Amino acid sequence: MTLYLQLFLSFFQIGLFSIGGGYVAMPLIQSQTVYIHGWLTQAQFADLITIAEMTPGPISINAATFIGIKIAGIPGALIATFGNVLPSFVIMLILAKLYERFRKQTIIRNVLTSVRPIVVAAILTAGLILLEFALESFKQPNIFAIIVFLMAYILINSKKVPMGPVAVLGIGGLIGLAKQGIIYLLEAGIVVI
Amino acid sequence: MNTEVKKKGKPEVNFKFFLRLFWETFTLSMFTFGGGFVIISLMRKKMVAKLGWIDQDEMMDFVVIAQSAPGSVSVNGSMMVGYHLAKTPGALVAAFGTILPPMLILTGVSFIYTAVQHNVWIEAAFSGMRPVVAAIVMQVSWKLFKPFLKLKAFPAILLFVISFVLLYILKISMIIIILVMLILSTSANLYEMRRKKKRMEEDV
Repeated sequence: MTLYLQLFLSFFQIGLFSIGGGYVAMPLIQSQTVYIHGWLTQAQFADLITIAEMTPGPISINAATFIGIKIAGIPGALIATFGNVLPSFVIMLILAKLYERFRKQTIIRNVLTSVRPIVVAAILTAGLILLEFALESFKQPNIFAIIVFLMAYILINSKKVPMGPVAVLGIGGLIGLAKQGIIYLLEAGIVVI
Repeated sequence: MNTEVKKKGKPEVNFKFFLRLFWETFTLSMFTFGGGFVIISLMRKKMVAKLGWIDQDEMMDFVVIAQSAPGSVSVNGSMMVGYHLAKTPGALVAAFGTILPPMLILTGVSFIYTAVQHNVWIEAAFSGMRPVVAAIVMQVSWKLFKPFLKLKAFPAILLFVISFVLLYILKISMIIIILVMLILSTSANLYEMRRKKKRMEEDV
């Protein structure tokens, strides 16, 4: 029982104090799970970050599920996740209600409009960081990744091919698998150039 | 065919809509590798461009609010969209749809982690998807930037450039930049309001 309560409280704190997304949550998760409670070793925490980068979803929810299962099975995962999202559920419901009520007021309108360029700059920044990660480096980019990037950009930007982002992601995954398939066949000597 | 459809307005709220909302947020969340801005970009592509449930300005407001509140940007953003479309039940359905995929996947991964840790095929599929994610986010940022150019909104463009330098080159946290701008903009607006009020009183 106390373990469930500890899991809940730890992830509640992580959820409450991680304002601004994943990179703020990461050190909070580390301090709660590695330093304060000793649920994970430093190496296991590094593994957790790798998994979180590889799989979809916010890092704190990934961490809550992973650590919850490790410490107290599936119920532990559910309790940790619930604790993690509870603060943002409550706060977002209040903010959403306020937004819908006051959005037409000139001052709210003006203030929200004034911060928009920052959002656009943040999205471009996120895109560049993702691109750098995909290309491995900007100085010596991976040619395969450049080709996939350009193809994807053209597909997404095209008005003639109305294709959802998820479909384009699927194509990207298949291209990656096809590349690996060719490498496999070449290495196994089944296909010789 | 023009895929950048105009906002169609809120869809009718019924059981079928909630299923649809759950499904849309579930599939979006399934593919958000690499942080909250990916889901924001995917959301824009789906909810604004494809479904026309919300408009571009609302989407940007949602990002600001989602980013300024505690918790993950993707869950917060989904809740804003859900609430906008169908009040509290909508927000909860959208949040649930966003949380479920990472929970299911991590549950699976926790059990088979050591087996898939260095799997070349999984790594290969990811190597193909990573550039696509980057392309989606870059294209969205261009789509959002274009209106500033079209309207010749130079103060906005200047703020964009300054923010970009602060974020990308100086690595300053976005939350700090947004908070500073919110405070500056609120005080400027309040000052302006008070001045107008005063002038009206003087006229009377």
